Amino acid sequence: MADRRAALRGLAGAGGLLLLVIVPPYLSSFMLTLLTQALIYGILAMSLDIILGYTGLASLGHAAYLGLGAYSVGILTMRYGAGFWTALVVGVLLAGAVAAIFGLVALRATGVYFLMITLALGMVVWGLAHRWVSMTQGDNGISGVPRPDLGIGVSFAQGVPFYYLALAAFLLAFLALRLLVRSPFGKSLVGIRESESRMRTLGYHVWLHKYIGFVVAGAVGGFAGVLWAYYNGFVSPADLELATSVEALLMVALGGRGTLLGAPLGAAIIVLLKNLVSVYTHRWLLILGAVYIGTIVYAPEGILGAVRQWMKGDKAWARS
Amino acid sequence: MGKKLTVALLVVLLVIVTAGAGPAWAQKAPIKIGFLAPMTGGAAQIGKDMTNGLTMWLEENGNQIAGRKVEVIVEDTQGQPQIALTKLRKLVESDKVHVLAGGLFAHVGYALAPKVDEYRIPMLYPVMAADDLTQRKPAKWVVRNGWTSSQPNHPFGEYVVKTLGYKKVVAIAIDYAFGWEQVGGFQKTFEEAGGQIVQKLWPPLGTTDFAPYLSQVRKDADAVFALMVAQSALRFPKQYEDSGLKAKLPLLGGGTTFDEFVLPSLGDEAIGGVSALIYSAALDTPANKRFVAEYRKKYNKVPSYYSEVCYTTGRWINEAAKAVGGEVEDRDRFLAALRKVEIPDAPRGPVKLDAHGNPIQNIYVRKVEKKGGELWNTVIHTYSNVSQFWKYPPEEFLKQPVYDRNFPPCKHC
Repeated sequence: MADRRAALRGLAGAGGLLLLVIVPPYLSSFMLTLLTQALIYGILAMSLDIILGYTGLASLGHAAYLGLGAYSVGILTMRYGAGFWTALVVGVLLAGAVAAIFGLVALRATGVYFLMITLALGMVVWGLAHRWVSMTQGDNGISGVPRPDLGIGVSFAQGVPFYYLALAAFLLAFLALRLLVRSPFGKSLVGIRESESRMRTLGYHVWLHKYIGFVVAGAVGGFAGVLWAYYNGFVSPADLELATSVEALLMVALGGRGTLLGAPLGAAIIVLLKNLVSVYTHRWLLILGAVYIGTIVYAPEGILGAVRQWMKGDKAWARS
Repeated sequence: MGKKLTVALLVVLLVIVTAGAGPAWAQKAPIKIGFLAPMTGGAAQIGKDMTNGLTMWLEENGNQIAGRKVEVIVEDTQGQPQIALTKLRKLVESDKVHVLAGGLFAHVGYALAPKVDEYRIPMLYPVMAADDLTQRKPAKWVVRNGWTSSQPNHPFGEYVVKTLGYKKVVAIAIDYAFGWEQVGGFQKTFEEAGGQIVQKLWPPLGTTDFAPYLSQVRKDADAVFALMVAQSALRFPKQYEDSGLKAKLPLLGGGTTFDEFVLPSLGDEAIGGVSALIYSAALDTPANKRFVAEYRKKYNKVPSYYSEVCYTTGRWINEAAKAVGGEVEDRDRFLAALRKVEIPDAPRGPVKLDAHGNPIQNIYVRKVEKKGGELWNTVIHTYSNVSQFWKYPPEEFLKQPVYDRNFPPCKHC
């Protein structure tokens, strides 16, 4: 039975990947940009899932890491003429380093207090982007960031090559994070989520585990930010607003917490809904709201969570 | 016989088909206009005024431009630059629009310009007034038929010293490009005429509680210059009165502080506010009187400057499209035609572009007064044909940096 499920999952995964590789060149260029956007937001949502879904800590400041990655690209390329690799390394390291500092503060608390502290820390970064005008150009933002040059003889200026770049980055992030959550370390995070005191009794250094998870999530969030800046060609404090953090939370909640793949699924659904429904009605926020409420009422564990439960139910039915 | 009949029938059929299809072939596909405006969020009311303006012009003209049907696709920017960028992509790549227009907030303008140049689709900026788009960082495909942020305040700075006689002024302005450039333009001419800016306060975009700023205002000043936009403009005058400042320091403003989009929602606290802008609904010209009457009939409210500029945008596109014989697909020629448009009798007065691509137009100094139970921006002085460079030679003006938070420096703070 377990074999059949694993095979089913493998098949679904391979099918999904094949679709993501083959279909895009045939899509309209607008759909392609939306898919690219969904992949980048997918990376951000996956990184949030590490702390939200696996460790059980809801953060309201995750946009800060996206912003740090994005501003690294904006400032380095526009002011110092840096290339892709420099911007990438600096963006990821900077986001990780800031997460390492913020983690020291935020991880003293849990639950709603953790939520509030991360919110406040996120606003600190937003305020910096907003007020440090000489560096960030304030509310104007940094515009005109060119598409990246990886030095491999391929131009990413057009939509299709850039999509594949985003897809490659997404797969890289997914595989790395999958490795992480399947490792003993990842299992210990889940253990902490389920019962922190029991893990402590078992001799785990609970705080250190949470801290490492938090820093990794921040660094991967910065990775998403680097791509986001190249994708938009523009960085502004609006990228770091609370709304972005909340949206990332909703993506994870919608797709399914603690499932890793649920996060990008939620990201894709929200990006597509936001942009496609708004074509037909200016009341699209109502529809988005209805989707959220529907998810909370009918699938509190998110879409993948619901699928998992259905599969479990399926197993139980097969046994009887 | 049967054969002849068949041939005759065929001929008749052919005639019917060609006659029926003929006009369809001759008629070209509609001209598609992509229109960006905030339809949700704090600036939704402005987005509505903008779309109303454009819609009204099109409906008055049978939804036709240069003899071709028009299709307008409105997209919601929520007043956010990244969302505006996504919607711009959608309009160009998915809807394949021929011309773009609209947008709100200076930073959205700066964000969109490089993308518009990349797509090489002409875009009209009737509202987004970021100075540098027609000064130090011109964008080839952006046609600004609106104004620059500092344009009305160059004459206004002089007016405040010479006519109103205020020597010391405190500036409170929303903290982004539009606010900096408005204050910068005001400060430059105000101080050159002998005035002093004695304090600058910068509440962030979207601020609705001004108490922390109002309590800091220096009481030894002669007046306060406030630059508010969107939801901030709704709240500011009332809080200014409640703080007790109105009785001591007269309130001056950038045009959007007292724009007609907020006036109907304001009470007597706004009376007496003096500001400068490219338009006033109270303007006493035949073109404007007709525009205001028709607009009120249609939308049951007074048009704001946002309505006027977008109304004129419809006409602007039409004039340019006519000049190229409706061939808007020929983008280079169409762009050149858009830059050559001159409108002698827009509701706001005569408008034409200068060599740098920004309108030369009248600047109105207006004072909020109550007439017939409604608040109006009575025009108390008109400066005719003002350019974005005011009285300065363009080359010299462009040598100074773009106005920002710290330029011109606050020497008297």
